[in-house]
Amino acid sequence: MRLEPRTDTPLALRLLAPIGAVVAALALCALLVAWTGAPVLRAYGLLFEGAVGSRFALTETLTRATPLILTGLAAAVAFRAKLWNIGAEGQLYMGALAAVVVGGGMLDLPGWALVPLVMIAGMAAGGVTLLGPAVLKVRFGVDEVVTTLLLNFVVLLLVSMLLEGALKDPMGMGWPQSAPVAEAAELPKLVARTRLHAGLAIALGLSVLLWLVDTRTIWGYENRAVGANPRAAAFAGMPVNRIMLRTALLSGGLAGLAGAAEICGLKGYLTLDLSPGFGYSGIVVAMLAQLHPIGVVGAALFIAGIFVGADAMSRAMPVPNYIADVLVATSLLCMLVAGLLARYRLRRG
Amino acid sequence: MSSPTTGGPEVVLRLAGISKRFGPLLANDAISLTLRAGEVLALLGENGAGKTTLMNILFGHYVADEGTIEAFGRPLPPGSPRAALAAGIGMVHQHFTLADNLSVLDNIAVGTESLWRLRSDRGGARRRLLDLSQRFGLAVRPDALVGDLSVGERQRVEILKALYRDARILILDEPTAVLTPQESAGLFDTLRRLTADGLAVVFISHKMNEVFAASDTVAVLRAGRLVATHPTASTDRAKLAELMVGRSVKPPAPAPLSPGEPVLELAGVTVASGHARPLLDAVDLTVRRHQVIGVAGVSGNGQSALAELVSGLIRPDAGQVSLKGSVVHHADPADMVRRGVARIPEDRHSAGLVGAMAVWENLIAERYRDPAFSRFGVLRRDAARAHARRVIEEFDVRCPGPDARTQLLSGGNMQKLILGRTLAYGPDLILASQPTRGLDIGAVSYVHSRLLDARAAGAGVLLISEDLDEILALADCVTVAYHGRLTPLLPHDRVSVSQLGLLMAGHWDILRDILPETPRENGNAA
Repeated sequence: MRLEPRTDTPLALRLLAPIGAVVAALALCALLVAWTGAPVLRAYGLLFEGAVGSRFALTETLTRATPLILTGLAAAVAFRAKLWNIGAEGQLYMGALAAVVVGGGMLDLPGWALVPLVMIAGMAAGGVTLLGPAVLKVRFGVDEVVTTLLLNFVVLLLVSMLLEGALKDPMGMGWPQSAPVAEAAELPKLVARTRLHAGLAIALGLSVLLWLVDTRTIWGYENRAVGANPRAAAFAGMPVNRIMLRTALLSGGLAGLAGAAEICGLKGYLTLDLSPGFGYSGIVVAMLAQLHPIGVVGAALFIAGIFVGADAMSRAMPVPNYIADVLVATSLLCMLVAGLLARYRLRRG
Repeated sequence: MSSPTTGGPEVVLRLAGISKRFGPLLANDAISLTLRAGEVLALLGENGAGKTTLMNILFGHYVADEGTIEAFGRPLPPGSPRAALAAGIGMVHQHFTLADNLSVLDNIAVGTESLWRLRSDRGGARRRLLDLSQRFGLAVRPDALVGDLSVGERQRVEILKALYRDARILILDEPTAVLTPQESAGLFDTLRRLTADGLAVVFISHKMNEVFAASDTVAVLRAGRLVATHPTASTDRAKLAELMVGRSVKPPAPAPLSPGEPVLELAGVTVASGHARPLLDAVDLTVRRHQVIGVAGVSGNGQSALAELVSGLIRPDAGQVSLKGSVVHHADPADMVRRGVARIPEDRHSAGLVGAMAVWENLIAERYRDPAFSRFGVLRRDAARAHARRVIEEFDVRCPGPDARTQLLSGGNMQKLILGRTLAYGPDLILASQPTRGLDIGAVSYVHSRLLDARAAGAGVLLISEDLDEILALADCVTVAYHGRLTPLLPHDRVSVSQLGLLMAGHWDILRDILPETPRENGNAA
């Protein structure tokens, strides 16, 4: 058997690849579910019901999808330009940090002014966090995979230090958490008596906006050219380094916004368990979406559904909710294989 | 195991009905060939004709879909380079497969000894190498590091490596692509010695003069099919060219034009390299309107730096670059485009075009900020597509349309795309760096005629090429690059190929014979 590159990948195959990958991942994980002794079909049925089966389930999935869309966009934007940003988790926490600082009551502004300001502060904090590794990459060729990944731990330790010190909530009964943001900084709820907040609208709007920028503007044009062939882009006269840094600001900013939106829309205050790995899951989201901004929405909904559904399933059956992590990881692996098969043709001999 | 056909020496290799398909492309279509001991067979054909595929099948890199191979009367198992080696077939690739950090002897002996032997027989290996080296006139120094050798020497090492493994059939893939004319002549001498000893040689080429210089038989491939096999002596250039292309081809004929005002002037330009020897060393050069200046030289003598300088990718460390009389201070590629420089890069795949993007996107790559193609940061996609359709039409780019992905185009059509991108705007200076490398004859003559049209329209052309025939056919004046320096301009009708070859090898003392009157020094020439 050998692989031969396809000259062109038909659209149907590009759409089929993630679906096939998801089906394959579900099939593989069925073995694990069966191993626990639970009936596989019923387990998946409960998972599905838990994800989208009721008004409550649906809003929970959408709430969970909001940060994933944003971190997914962050990864997609960066990966498009071949900037391997593995640091969305850290950028998310920096954004959250900026949100609790700026929105924490030191500014007495009405909501229509404070909310945008807090969001922008979150974006700026995330963007600047990625700018450092990006500068090191374009100036000195330092591998950004290493720097962005390691920066995640630095940021987490910084947040931990601040939550035990300068930012510690005096009313928090000793818990390492920040003071809550001002009421004016909170994002409005989208559906009453649920956790679903306006962050979802921001995330959806941004994915459409990024798709338009990508296909219609010279910014997107430059980004795509630099990502696909930086040498040719430089030869044609594009400022490759500047475009890289711009992309880094945007990618980090999107991850930072995810953190700020979680604070102002959902949690209200910063703790060290704000994100159950949204930054890393964003990479899976982006890969499943094949780095397409609109595809990111679908992929984020899928992964959010798995996590929310698995929680519900594990309450009803003896299947631990870790199955969600396994499912997500397996879908990424299957997606990588499916992507390969979409680009190559299997041939015998 | 003598040849079944009567007369002539033994048939050492027989390919019968070899076919190979890559997706929709039939790379080899029922090819049958025989090779006899003592014969040099030239495999001639354009790029993409299937020469390299055929030889890769022979050497076991690919498996043929159909057909059989017999070496010395025994069938050769498909898909095994090891079997090919054992059957006495040796291959010298176009890109050498030597380890730079090992000595010549180590490179040659590596892989011939069992892994389980504790001691290697270096003395024996050395004796054997020196014996082969002497027998075939392939002078090498066994203890020199391969990294320190010249390209010609490395090629000798590659050939010796094959001979060391008892090759009786030697396959050479485009062996002269990297050699000076003198080195090529040396290679052909070697081939004659090898065949006198009974070896058989297949050499792959798309250069006609080599076929006549070195081969006994010529087999012409076109679009995967063997269109003719002739004794070399009974054919001629025009006939072979026609067989290769499938129609007759006219050589370019530049009309005599008197040169106009200078468009490009380099004065004492030095580009440092970080090593002891600069990439460009105090170079002076003037290109005028209505003039093609050819820069000849073995690759790696400063041509790339010269091209990058004029492209705006690098800036001089000393000296001055002027375009149309005004000094260029902080050059960058976009600035060069604005100043009217049309740039044809050496490597069209990696520097010229973004393969993953559409044809129309590549066509506006140098001018996307132009109001014609974008307004307020938004691309005018319809205008860009319309422009692309005009260029596709005018430059005869064969592609499905403006939205076709660029990497699906053939090399010739990619080059037409680059020509269309830059020549459509009436440039003052054209930098053409290896503009026809890897193109087939049809595309080559198209590129040549476009360059000559631009020259007639008033552009100056700086043609950097490793193909001397191309330079002598197009250039009004020639300069030779050696170790980062350029010779004075030599009128094309005053200099011969062999003189250029000597200059390329650094024998600049012959400049006195070419330019008897006191020449205007064009570099700090020796």
